[in-house]
Amino acid sequence: MNRWLLWVPLGLFAAFFAVVAAGLMRPKDNIIESKMVGKPIPEFTLPAAIEQRPALTSADLATGEPQMLNIFASWCVPCIAEAPQLLALEQAGVKINGIASRDTPQDIANFLSRWGNPYVRIGTDVRSIVQLELGSSGVPETFIIDSKGVIVHQHVGDIRKEDVAELLKIWREAG
Amino acid sequence: MKYLILFLTFLAAGPLAAQNALPASPYADQQLADPDKEAKARALMDELRCLKCQSQSIADSNAPMAGDMRSQVRERIAAGETPEEVRNWLIERYGDWVSYNPSVNAKTWPLWAAPIILLILAIWLARGRFRRRKDRE
Repeated sequence: MNRWLLWVPLGLFAAFFAVVAAGLMRPKDNIIESKMVGKPIPEFTLPAAIEQRPALTSADLATGEPQMLNIFASWCVPCIAEAPQLLALEQAGVKINGIASRDTPQDIANFLSRWGNPYVRIGTDVRSIVQLELGSSGVPETFIIDSKGVIVHQHVGDIRKEDVAELLKIWREAG
Repeated sequence: MKYLILFLTFLAAGPLAAQNALPASPYADQQLADPDKEAKARALMDELRCLKCQSQSIADSNAPMAGDMRSQVRERIAAGETPEEVRNWLIERYGDWVSYNPSVNAKTWPLWAAPIILLILAIWLARGRFRRRKDRE
């Protein structure tokens, strides 16, 4: 038998070991990317979350101009952290649509009066139905939708200060 | 009495987790009336991954979102969808990740092919050894 062949099992084991070790050393990644990115926004109709803002339907997101869709909740702490960034995006001219996840009108109103209201429309998704349609797995999450109503970007987790410029760039390019 | 008042005060303090302030979806924890459909829904729920508690199935998880998913599964199956249609509806949105029962595709075929290839390889190797032993005799 070829002498080199003797080393094949050890080589296979080393490869197996490397794969497992790499898997153990890689930091845990809990982010689930939506497969809806690149697809048109799914059809939905949500009732208004608070009296001061109109309700939200999928038709409102395909109006010929790029928009943002932010999923939030009053019970969500990172949503408080991203509130100033959402206000900054609103200041920059972005139309931000809100979806309140599993929330009550009173709690939403309190949350917005305390941390600011950057939304043009807010729909209330009490049973996570639209969230599941969007392939979103939690709050907060932000989608950028282009002028034709196609989802072009998903941001999972709170928007940090350093994310604002990038999101603005994607939003401008979606026009 | 003092303790009773204390206890009642705690009750009145309101839910700490406000995401549970709303009632659960209708079929989150309620079985379907049709036992056949309930069994189908139940089997599927065991194979769908919870998005919040990522190592649990939605049947195991207490996360409110898992409850919403269970309700969706039951409602869709009650409406006449097959379990595979419901599974594909979720895979379309969350990827293969969401199902514990992976589908065969360009990326996952080695899961099924590898054992067969290894078995063939093992038989081939073993045959070589047996034959050599015979030659020596």
